[in-house]
Amino acid sequence: MSAVDGLELALYVGVLLALAWPLGTYMARVFGGERTWLSTIASPLERALYRAGGVDPSRAMNWKAYALAMLVFQGAGFALLYALQRMQSVLPLNPQALSDVPPHLAFNTAVSFVSNTNWQSYGGETTMSAFTQLVGLTVQNFVSAATGIAVLVALVRGFVGRTTEALGNFWVDLVRATVYVLLPLALVVALALVSQGVVQSLASAVTAATLEGGAPQPIALGLVASQVAIKQLGTNGGGFFNVNSAHPFENPTPLSNGIELLSILLLPAALCFTFGRLVKDLRQGWALLAAMLVMFVPLALFAIAAEHGAPPSVAGMEVDAMSSASSPGGNMEGKELRVGVAESALWAVATTAASNGSVNSMHDSFTPLGGLVPMFLMQLGEVVFGGVGSGLYGMALFALVAVFIAGLMVGRTPEYLGKKIGVFEMQMASVAILAPCAMVLIGTALACATDSGRASLQDRGPHGFSELLYAFSSASNNNGSAFAGLTAATDFYDALLGLAMLVGRYLVALPVLAIAGSLAAKKSVPTSPGTLATHDVLFVVLLVGVVLLVGALNFVPALALGPIVEHLRMH
Amino acid sequence: MVRRQVSIAVRMLLVMTLLTGVVYPALVTFVAQLVFPARAQGSLILRDGRVVGSELIGQHFTSPRYFWGRPSATSRPYDASASAGSNWGPLAPELRTAVASRVELLRASDPAQREPIPVDLVTASGSGLDPHISPASALWQAPRVARERGLSEARVRELVGQYSEPRTFGLLGQPRVNVLRLNLALDELR
Repeated sequence: MSAVDGLELALYVGVLLALAWPLGTYMARVFGGERTWLSTIASPLERALYRAGGVDPSRAMNWKAYALAMLVFQGAGFALLYALQRMQSVLPLNPQALSDVPPHLAFNTAVSFVSNTNWQSYGGETTMSAFTQLVGLTVQNFVSAATGIAVLVALVRGFVGRTTEALGNFWVDLVRATVYVLLPLALVVALALVSQGVVQSLASAVTAATLEGGAPQPIALGLVASQVAIKQLGTNGGGFFNVNSAHPFENPTPLSNGIELLSILLLPAALCFTFGRLVKDLRQGWALLAAMLVMFVPLALFAIAAEHGAPPSVAGMEVDAMSSASSPGGNMEGKELRVGVAESALWAVATTAASNGSVNSMHDSFTPLGGLVPMFLMQLGEVVFGGVGSGLYGMALFALVAVFIAGLMVGRTPEYLGKKIGVFEMQMASVAILAPCAMVLIGTALACATDSGRASLQDRGPHGFSELLYAFSSASNNNGSAFAGLTAATDFYDALLGLAMLVGRYLVALPVLAIAGSLAAKKSVPTSPGTLATHDVLFVVLLVGVVLLVGALNFVPALALGPIVEHLRMH
Repeated sequence: MVRRQVSIAVRMLLVMTLLTGVVYPALVTFVAQLVFPARAQGSLILRDGRVVGSELIGQHFTSPRYFWGRPSATSRPYDASASAGSNWGPLAPELRTAVASRVELLRASDPAQREPIPVDLVTASGSGLDPHISPASALWQAPRVARERGLSEARVRELVGQYSEPRTFGLLGQPRVNVLRLNLALDELR
């Protein structure tokens, strides 16, 4: 740790909040149905989309209709993506003549992109044709993120609505999230990235005669910038190349690294402000954001410090691992020099705090404690920023649990944002919080106990266990990053991790919509002196306490078997 | 109700595919090729009209006359058609063996160089294609390159200084040297 690292982190959080504030305000106007400065261009496009889809934008849906529309849309997305992969050899834009993707991998990848996970058990440049990447993967990068925002907005309408069934129209929320928010942002970020050297080329490869004149060097190209921009912004994370944003063509300079790093947390942070504005009490949004930052900043500092340590692999050799003005030092295995140790660790924390899952360094080669932080952040249920939309609705579930616990302590009916929280809401919240946790633990246990599970491990002992725990934490919480030493492109893992991704997405989103429907039907209760304030420091502490407690109770035993044992063995 | 929603879903998916899967990448490609053509095509370096590499992609150097880049974990070193990191865990015995053999190779390349080797020169990068080494790693190799090329060490160190880039805005990233560009400049010195 040095002063530069602290300064970098402070700058990162500062710029993030400065960008998130206006964006959050803007999104509140978008989802409140108001006119915005983009309306001149976006509004005709929006109407054209409704006409083409046969959507009546004025029709409000109850929670069941909203959930049905979401499921049908994502089901269609899954079917299209699966079919595209299975037929890519006969489809256009396949100059490398890549063959059809095998069924188990196509299933896994389709689930992965539709559920906003972007777990990739394949190498991008050697498996997916340009057509599949564009027409299949990039599209889901947009609409899976837009779906997350839609579910969040529906939940907000549940809090705001009074004795109504109406939660808005899924198609309108989907279209507005895409046209007013994701597309314009992605355009700007994509072009900024190209200016730094991210490629955007119709050619799929070029061959270079090397300086030493040995074998020529084939260099893969492609339509990279357009995919990288949305994979960062939409908390998708699925890269164009195998090594994701560690690849110099996905992330060529320190500045591109900064832009991509900001893009990871931009929308999840901005949505906190949107939330505050839509519930007409900005302090509520600040409280949720504060709870996220209270967990994010210390964990980032901890991971950065861990990675600055000299790696055990060089111990006793005449290697200089001290950080200096002319050398990065620290644990550089699996890290890129232009990025360095601190920003690799910061990225690892941001990408797992958000359910992004893109990487700019190989998490598998992190020090045991440096690798523990990303794993733990995913296990918290992806609520420290979390996915676009999904992170905040996950955090709102924890807020319900927090007011419920506080209500038990003082013997009052719990209330949140003016709505009484009853048995049904608590049942649904419990399902949504516990289902992904159970999936992580059961999946890891199954993989440990079966030959097909153990056969894929690159490392033995506690690190092998960490690879398994990481994979199921990542899939069940829709993150998508990996301890890539695990060979996951097998029938066993493609099926089991595919199931985990489905549980992680839909056993959270559906209960959330059910809660939204139930809350909307209730009357709003006026604030009284006995109402628990949900915007002050006390509540933030309570909320952080609940999130950490649930995470710790579920996962400390498992973490002790993996990274903690490994750390102890290091000394 | 279900049938109507299915029909809407299929039509929405198709128009969204058109918008985000065709129009969006086409628009980005068009503007990128117009405004940043060289960047969009991979920042290629031409020498005598031939592509000799990309400014952003590292190359495998084995001759003692050139500066060497970081170890690469791709199946053939610096294979830019299939990027890869080693993904060895921090305590993996294989990683320790690999580091030891890299140390041995570097020591053998210049037995007179007694300074400790900077860590980035013995650890594999994340992509296997890292175009940079630290200034310390370049300076560590300077005596060897100078001797092999019959140049003064001061001249080579000066060139390394010339090709060292600082942190962006004094804050972001790491001070670094682009190995391919440095080696091209070496070739120009004659």
